[in-house]
Amino acid sequence: MMQHLPILQVLLPLLASPFAALLRGRDVAWGLTFVTTGLAFLISIALFFQQRAIGETMIYELGNWAAPLGIVYVIDAASALVLPVISGIGFIATLAARQLVAAEIDARDHGLFYAAWLLTIAGMMGQVTTGDAFNIFVFLEISSLSAYALVAMGAGRDRRALPAAFNYLILGTVGATFYVIGLGLLYMLTGTLNLADLAERLPHVEETRAAFTAMAFIALGLFLKMALFPLHFWLVPAYAHAPSAVTALMASTATKVSVYVLIRLIFGVFGVEFPGIADAVGLLVLTLGIAGAFVGTLAAIVETDLKKLFAQSSIAQLGYMAIGIGAMSATGLAAAFLHLFNHALMKGALFLAIGMIAAQAGRATMGTIQGAGKQIPITMTAILFGGLALIGVPLTAGFISKLYLIRALLEQNFWLLAGLTFISSALALAYVWKIIEATWLQPRPKGAPVLRETASQYIPAWIMVVATLGFGIYATPLVEAAFAAAHVFIPSVAGAN
Amino acid sequence: MTAMTDQLLGQWNYYLVIILMMIGFYGVIARGNMVKKIVGLNIFQTSVFMLYISMGKVAEGSAPILTGDPTTVYSNPLPHVLILTAIVVGVSTTAVGYALIIRIQESFGTIEDDDIIAQLDDEEETA
Repeated sequence: MMQHLPILQVLLPLLASPFAALLRGRDVAWGLTFVTTGLAFLISIALFFQQRAIGETMIYELGNWAAPLGIVYVIDAASALVLPVISGIGFIATLAARQLVAAEIDARDHGLFYAAWLLTIAGMMGQVTTGDAFNIFVFLEISSLSAYALVAMGAGRDRRALPAAFNYLILGTVGATFYVIGLGLLYMLTGTLNLADLAERLPHVEETRAAFTAMAFIALGLFLKMALFPLHFWLVPAYAHAPSAVTALMASTATKVSVYVLIRLIFGVFGVEFPGIADAVGLLVLTLGIAGAFVGTLAAIVETDLKKLFAQSSIAQLGYMAIGIGAMSATGLAAAFLHLFNHALMKGALFLAIGMIAAQAGRATMGTIQGAGKQIPITMTAILFGGLALIGVPLTAGFISKLYLIRALLEQNFWLLAGLTFISSALALAYVWKIIEATWLQPRPKGAPVLRETASQYIPAWIMVVATLGFGIYATPLVEAAFAAAHVFIPSVAGAN
Repeated sequence: MTAMTDQLLGQWNYYLVIILMMIGFYGVIARGNMVKKIVGLNIFQTSVFMLYISMGKVAEGSAPILTGDPTTVYSNPLPHVLILTAIVVGVSTTAVGYALIIRIQESFGTIEDDDIIAQLDDEEETA
């Protein structure tokens, strides 16, 4: 049983999905989803500790077919770190989904909603675990197709969800197809699709133009999927008009998985030594990352719809992850992994809290939350802490990732970039302060709807807030895990850590 | 000169793939009609299918069915298998896309990008 854990965490949600679709009673479908995501979370935590204990890469061979003929699932320090993020957020978002979905989705559709919900989680877990490049594409499409359907389910309340889902589908498919084109070129050159095998054979053909083109296609496809500026236009409408539970799940996981796949392919397959990678990916990603950080932050400052505001802020945060990748160093990658982990927690907390407001008031805008601090203090405090973590205030997890990001940039003597990163982080204060001021310092306008909060509404968001604070105060284990993950791709140099 | 023409003609499958790819991609980007966007997307994906299938062809190779004769030359079956999967993905994407278009037509009364954006802008102003 124990040796089958790597496949079980993907298989469980995959198999539970059709059952959820068949179960019409909404509590039954939710219960099944809750148990399944809970089990997947437990399994990925068990795998994390198992991998830490062994200290080396665990390979699971599907059907006992050894690589490169068979498909393998790979649990190394990197995938072991990202898996609990996805399943954990999936689990907590499911916990919150019970009320959010009841409020926002037609009761007839609950079974189908949870079926798509489980599929998207299974697809993301699969992308992270698999050691086969084509398998990544298949899982990418499993998670994306169900994500398009989930976004479109917001149409019951907000018809703008439909064009948002359609544009997301078009751009997502273009991105995935670019990835497949790149993969086809790689397969022509090397005759293999196994990631480890590819990494071994690529150095023999690395001077060819086809290899470079393959890298360009793969990177571009994944930039689209991870919503790297300026390929981020699908993200804001999709997040803003999707059902609140879906926004919370996707904002914390979907783009992060693409960041992970990008790291896995660029560093794990092509490698930092690959000719042209420092200019083509390193410099490009750094530039786009810092531009995205500013564009996202500035757009968030002028935005009044809270879901859109934090979606814009996601663009900025993805920019920081891109900067970590573009630094092309172990510290930079560790910072990217740290930010991936921490941002998932804080955005999860924020979108769950906002979702609870949107589920009651129909929309969550600056007007809706004006003076809401006295009516729903516990929810608004969760948003306060989430916002502080986004800026990177000390004692929150956001501080740790920004600290390592700036350290990575200074290591490479990128003084200007480090300065710009600091400035754009400080600018985030503007939109967080805007929310704090409206919530706590302004009176509730007369005639505004009365907002309520119950324990079951704010507990999911608070679980993530507590985790954000916990990893901010006691960060050592997480930092160690992030560096272990980074060293999978860039072997440690003495004195680098 | 002949070597060059040979090379150019020998790669005709790639030219075809690139032409199809660009036609499809143009359709996705330049068309405002959502059905046409999906059609463009399908052409775009088909070009990638052809890229894979044509690379699996081995000169003089037959269909990859075991005959017991060790001298038989087979075409590479793996790209075919991959593309079978990709076709399934493509069909599902098309299905989801058309399902969305039907819903969009129902609630907006149009499937033109520009008209929908105009409607949404009007809504924003009145809101």
